[in-house]
Amino acid sequence: MKMKSMNISAIQIYRKYGIFLIFITLFIASALINKNFLKPQNLMNILKQISVVTIIACGETLLIVSGLIDLSAGLTCTLAGCLSAGVLVSTGNVFLAVTVGILVGMVVGWTNGFLITRYKIEAFIATLAMMNIVKGITQVYTGGTAINGVEKIRWLGQGYIGIIPVPVVLMLLCVVIVFVLMRYTKIGLYTYAIGGNENSVIASGVNVKRTKRLIFSISGAMVGIAGVLLMSRMMSGQPSVGEGYEFDAITAVIVGGTSFSGGVGTVTGTLIGSIIVGMINNILNLLNVSTQYQLIVKGVLIAGAVILDVKTKSGRVMVAPTHNTKKSSINES
Amino acid sequence: MNAENIVELKGITKRFPGVLALDNVNFEVKKGSVHALIGENGAGKSTLMKILSGAYVEYEGNIVFCGKEIHFNNEKEALDSGIAIVPQEINPISELTIAENVYIGREPQKKLKGFIDKRKRLKDTQEFMDRLGLGYDANKKMADLSVAQKQMVEIIKAISRNAKLIIMDEPTSALTAAETEHLFYQINRLREDDISIIFISHKLDEVFTICDEATVLRDGQYIGSCPISETDVDTLISMMVGREVKDIFPKLSKPQGEEVLRVEHLESAGKFHDINFTLKKGEILGFAGLMGSGRSEIVRSIFGLDSITGGSIFLSGQEIAIGHPKDAIHQGIAMVTEDRAVYGFVGIRSIKDNIALPNCDRFAPYQWIRRKEVAAATDQICTKLKVKAENWDSYVGTLSGGNQQKVVLAKWLIRDIKVLILDEPTRGIDVGAKQEIYRLIADLAASGMAVILISSELPEVLSMSHRIKVLTNGSFVGDLDQNEATQDAVMKKIVEGRNVQ
Repeated sequence: MKMKSMNISAIQIYRKYGIFLIFITLFIASALINKNFLKPQNLMNILKQISVVTIIACGETLLIVSGLIDLSAGLTCTLAGCLSAGVLVSTGNVFLAVTVGILVGMVVGWTNGFLITRYKIEAFIATLAMMNIVKGITQVYTGGTAINGVEKIRWLGQGYIGIIPVPVVLMLLCVVIVFVLMRYTKIGLYTYAIGGNENSVIASGVNVKRTKRLIFSISGAMVGIAGVLLMSRMMSGQPSVGEGYEFDAITAVIVGGTSFSGGVGTVTGTLIGSIIVGMINNILNLLNVSTQYQLIVKGVLIAGAVILDVKTKSGRVMVAPTHNTKKSSINES
Repeated sequence: MNAENIVELKGITKRFPGVLALDNVNFEVKKGSVHALIGENGAGKSTLMKILSGAYVEYEGNIVFCGKEIHFNNEKEALDSGIAIVPQEINPISELTIAENVYIGREPQKKLKGFIDKRKRLKDTQEFMDRLGLGYDANKKMADLSVAQKQMVEIIKAISRNAKLIIMDEPTSALTAAETEHLFYQINRLREDDISIIFISHKLDEVFTICDEATVLRDGQYIGSCPISETDVDTLISMMVGREVKDIFPKLSKPQGEEVLRVEHLESAGKFHDINFTLKKGEILGFAGLMGSGRSEIVRSIFGLDSITGGSIFLSGQEIAIGHPKDAIHQGIAMVTEDRAVYGFVGIRSIKDNIALPNCDRFAPYQWIRRKEVAAATDQICTKLKVKAENWDSYVGTLSGGNQQKVVLAKWLIRDIKVLILDEPTRGIDVGAKQEIYRLIADLAASGMAVILISSELPEVLSMSHRIKVLTNGSFVGDLDQNEATQDAVMKKIVEGRNVQ
């Protein structure tokens, strides 16, 4: 009996601080394994490297918590970067270029939301379709070659504010924005509630469709910011970089403790999840482990995170299972 | 061990972290009898049944089944020894046939192992069904069956495994009166075949109809057992609640004159038609009718959850258009839905969040949620309604049914509501909480709120309504005033209505 209660309190501690404990453990382990790891330069590098994916992951956190997902995020990021580069090259106006990049992300996000709410398509399917559309548009627009001549925007991807790289500042800013949104606003309340039980949110008089489109638009804006940042870091609009970023972002979200079934998760978890992935990649690099092996480690990591998620949840008192014997037709305009 | 008994549980104690779920409980069931296991929510009925059916492995005490001491390591062992459970919520695989569901996991095989003997499976299932006098085909898909029929399949599954003891967990909670009668007929047949049944129910009238004996649990403790013939409803209720419950229904005060809601020629193709009624301030209007008579559908469309194909709704004399619950809420119409886990609350969010959810117009006029105001309002209303929870940050999903329902009511009651629609407000709620909810409804009406009340439990509608509308097949077939409303009068109207149609 005593063992049992100790076990349970361990699970409770994990539920509360779990991801943070893993982070600390990995950090200490990495520092012990390789002395170069702790150098400020290296640590800053990790943060810089994860910045683009983390910003996308901020948006994905909002979506996954509300029971949605965006598979088109990576390639939308590419498109936003390329269009932004195109605008910069033709007008020379940095502000306009950044605005266009963010707007592209928002428009694609809103369209995803529109498809899902208007035609009741699963988010998985709708954004899978959008992924192909966006990829095609990027190829058509760029002709498959990089758009060069974007030196004017160098500061965004490569500059520093004090000792901190601009991308890291941008990343933290996005995390803070989503943190505040999820914790202190109506949108945040609705996001969690929709992921928890959509029907009851509709029956509470909330326009769930509009909320979903809004969440998709906000997530899209994040993707747009990530796109402009990526372009600035690459110093060109690259039509072939960005594919697969959505999966890296989703990895960070899941490792960060957000439940795939919706209703549970935080953006701080996502940030730590992303740092954990970045740290593992970094230490493997420092140890000269090839990228092929890194992929395997990443896969194991995702599986491990999900197993932990399931294990720690099974002890929780869950809501009485809802029987869906009668199909509920909800009339929502 | 008494040879008359099929099963004896002695001194069963079950601990969960921090909770003593069962404390030295005794329970015995006679061979070939129907034994009621009753108690309020949280009394330990399900825990005891989970131990008996092998779902919980760790416990103190011993179980003797068919003369042998047993300790199951899993549910399959219990099934193999002859203890089957028919759960409250049946989750069959809808796309498979009856026969496929009955034999799932133990398909009869052909001589060549690995290949299913479909013919034998179908024939055997059909035989069991014919034995119970069920007039449908074993090849039918589960999806095409009614809840009652699915339940019968579950019972067939138990018989086909040679079950000697069948546990039925609130089997009538989703059945109509006629279906319940049919179930009781089947239970009687099983009893004749010497199969013992443990019957868990909240409905005491059913216990008195079908059971031979009853055992009462309260707060994890064994309170007592007795033959049904030697007890009465009041005794059982006081055993369950631990105090005497006299008038469970409060007195209603007179409705005030003003009309609040008027519905004219409301219609939804295929569901209901030509629905007309008015509702006064402070009045409770009951809808009585069998399940499927359209009572839920009517109020769902008044609240905007379903759409209408015709008719009009007037609130205080003004015609209003409702296309979404938000329109109804905006006008001051709120609804406590039949299925609270689906439409009532978000189980994995806190009480505070659930109360804030429909009230963001008040708590978050500019996106920013005023947490302090939410906390204050939650504390006030939940204290008033006596919601029992560790604190207001507890997940609603972790509360008992009665407390969940109080949270659902609380989220509406902090608004300025003119019309409150209650669809099965006390389903699955224990007696104590029921009484509190009845009192609350009476108080709300006394303070001028207009209420529509729907319930499958006729005594509830009869005692808690000023006026009753009787429904059959989607239209009103009669009106009854509280003083002329009896169970017989309602049933008579229903039958008459059917004949007219």
